[in-house]
Amino acid sequence: MSSSESHAAHALGPVAASAARTEEGAPAARPTSAVEAARLALLRDLQLAFRKRSQLVQPLAFFAMVTLLFPLAISPELARLRELAPGVLWVAALLASLLALEFLFRDDAHDGTLEQYALSGQSLTALMFAKTLAHWLLTGLPLAVMAPLAALSLGVAPAALPGIVVAVAVGSVTLSLIGSIGAALTLGIKRSGALLSLLTLPLSLPVLIFGARATQLAIHGAPFLAPLELLGALAVLGITLAPLAAAAAVRISLE
Amino acid sequence: MREFFDMGGYAAFVWPAYAVTLAVVVLNIVWARQALARSREEARRRLKMHGETR
Amino acid sequence: MTWTWFHRLASPPYIYALAARLTPWFAWPAGLCILAGLWGGLVLAPPDYQQGDGFRILYVHAPSAWMSLMVYTTMAIAAAIGLIWRMKVAHAVAASCAPIGASFTFAALVTGALWGEPMWGTYWEWDPRLTSELVLLFLYLGYMGLRAGIEDPQRADRASAVLAVVGVVNVPIIHYSVTWWNSLHQAPSVMRLAKPAMPLAMVTPLLLMLLGFTLLFVALLLTRLRGEVLARERAASWIREVVSA
Repeated sequence: MSSSESHAAHALGPVAASAARTEEGAPAARPTSAVEAARLALLRDLQLAFRKRSQLVQPLAFFAMVTLLFPLAISPELARLRELAPGVLWVAALLASLLALEFLFRDDAHDGTLEQYALSGQSLTALMFAKTLAHWLLTGLPLAVMAPLAALSLGVAPAALPGIVVAVAVGSVTLSLIGSIGAALTLGIKRSGALLSLLTLPLSLPVLIFGARATQLAIHGAPFLAPLELLGALAVLGITLAPLAAAAAVRISLE
Repeated sequence: MREFFDMGGYAAFVWPAYAVTLAVVVLNIVWARQALARSREEARRRLKMHGETR
Repeated sequence: MTWTWFHRLASPPYIYALAARLTPWFAWPAGLCILAGLWGGLVLAPPDYQQGDGFRILYVHAPSAWMSLMVYTTMAIAAAIGLIWRMKVAHAVAASCAPIGASFTFAALVTGALWGEPMWGTYWEWDPRLTSELVLLFLYLGYMGLRAGIEDPQRADRASAVLAVVGVVNVPIIHYSVTWWNSLHQAPSVMRLAKPAMPLAMVTPLLLMLLGFTLLFVALLLTRLRGEVLARERAASWIREVVSA
């Protein structure tokens, strides 16, 4: 633990100390820009996550398990499953992404890194964006890669797979962003799993609706650009607003 | 009078709808007054505690 | 001049006394409007050409739906004011709104289902307006759940305020969903003031009910506000006189 702590502190250093110091004539190092701080936070999160690779696998395993449940519970007939596939895939992806949200702030809140971020004088919004981007790279993107495999097991034709990958990749961006707000609001609340779901799911419904629609159209070989564009629009809206809200929520939770 | 209660055949839908709404209105009134009474009681208790520790 | 008025509103004892004084001025007119609206809607208004007497559910459904949206908007605005200007009274207003809004959202969903079954053959459809109204109910519940889950009252106020503001995007979605997507709901017919599609005898009770419910909301809000304001004051001296009265 101590080596990862020191490594964390090492990566954290430039971020935490990046408010330019000019008192008593101490030479102000070139102040770290928000972009640079965000890049450092992103790299840090990715590096730390790779040390606990087993944690990364959990949401994916959960996703696989949930998709497995449906053929067992409903019917092994592929024709039937193909009809259900859009809904099954997206509900499983939504639940897996909810599960993964636990990891977003937990360690940083625990070891005080989050407080350092808030006090560092850097744009907390930029840092939130970086953390959420890291989270998406570690959970959303792998989900997008796994989704076609799950789709195949539900009888979906290979021609539909690229569309599914894109839809899940884009949709999971918004899911991570919305989830970051909920996670920030419930920081430190004991057993906040159910509350986090209650907060995140209502706001995630548009993603579910459009994502499932895009997947359904892709499976039937129809053009699915329209819902995909809506997914993209939601992602853009999320990128613009969510880090801001998450930053505000983090400050409130740390007060 | 019968016609009124029959609501042109839709009685099974119209009257429950009005009943639910009326229930929600009444519940809100009762609930709000209860909440106020509880807060006043809480405040009274807080004052007493503060008075005694002074 | 206007700022003193604003600052006075932020003062808890002033708000408490004002709320107590104003409540009857909203409560009694609310009762009158609602009774008049009920009379007009159930008795005086002629049956609808297509829906017969079944359309009378409108007179409880539309006001409930109106309340669900209006209360959330009020809650979100109060939350934003509380966040920006750090006013405890604003947070108290937001907290007071939530249970009122949640219960009327529930009423809107139930009355809507009861209206939908005979008219369109289904209690429920996953059309955009119904779905987003259900989402609104979950937003209210999430707001109340978040408040309940945070122990520190100040953090509870501010965290739930962020949630309320984030969730406000849902309100225009509900309102405009009927024009954006063609589905179960009919296009707005009351809002066209130039030439209302409904005859006066039908519109008037609706307007009375809408007004009555709005006045009721203010009365309920003022009542709850007093309790919320009291809870946010530690042991201030003004409470002494108020509570022993």
